[in-house]
Amino acid sequence: MKNKKVMAVASRGGHWIQLNRLRAVWQDQEVVFITNDSSLRSHVGDAKFETVIDANMEQKPRLIILALQTFFKVIKHRPDVIISTGAAPGFFALLWGKLIGAKTVWVDSVANAEELSMAGSKVKKIADVWLTQWPEVAKEDGPLYKGRVF
Amino acid sequence: MIFVTVGTQLSFDRLVKNVEKWALDSGYTDIVFQVGESGYQPSVGTVHEFISGHEADDYFNKADVIIGHAGMGTILSCLSEGKPLVIMPRLFSLGEHRNDHQLATFNKFAEQPGLFPAQDETRLCEAIEQALKAQNSEHDFSSLAPEELTDYIREQVILGN
Repeated sequence: MKNKKVMAVASRGGHWIQLNRLRAVWQDQEVVFITNDSSLRSHVGDAKFETVIDANMEQKPRLIILALQTFFKVIKHRPDVIISTGAAPGFFALLWGKLIGAKTVWVDSVANAEELSMAGSKVKKIADVWLTQWPEVAKEDGPLYKGRVF
Repeated sequence: MIFVTVGTQLSFDRLVKNVEKWALDSGYTDIVFQVGESGYQPSVGTVHEFISGHEADDYFNKADVIIGHAGMGTILSCLSEGKPLVIMPRLFSLGEHRNDHQLATFNKFAEQPGLFPAQDETRLCEAIEQALKAQNSEHDFSSLAPEELTDYIREQVILGN
């Protein structure tokens, strides 16, 4: 099997915790982590680790900076696969990833038990694998439910 | 040590009073309570209205068992750190919250390994006892997502072309 380059993206906190529980996905592949908290580097051992700024989906000016930063990360690393558990950094990474032909994966946070997160709904058209962690939120044409990270 | 937390918004006296009652009956008094603004002050353990971030992390890390309301923040923290958590939902009918979303959260997570659900105060003692036992039995809180999920993603994006 050809080795693939995986970009794993999540904001700090619950998103990051959930992302790390998915590491079996890229265990034998090359991975680069993108998050918004440099203190999380200690969680990933020798793996590549880079940060972007913190922004939520309501902060327009910061979102623009985040979009640019994420764009350059994606161009720099040219990942084959981009996977995110949320939120804003993951949204942009998937968007740019789709443009360069990467396979894109969104696993919506377990916190969204009633409806998808805002970023999670926006990736509908750009996520090749579009998952919710709640069967009640799943629909036939996506998001799909394939289990929970916990 | 048991850490009881009601979150940062509202007090939750029904939970605090019943943990106090259990503590007095059982003789287990190594308890830290965070009871919220003007919350009921129990006569056992250490009591704070609010606890700042670092101090709260400290108590969280030291605790053998957490007892809390059915807030998503508390649940996610405990699941991710493998802390046994006793949860009791705030009820709208008792004026404990603006709606019954905690009951919905509670019902969704009740079956989750590592969580010890108490629908109301009548189930609380049993849930606390079970959580304390779980903490002693080297419960397997795997830090990886279930294989069914990661295998599915791998098949879709790693193993295919």
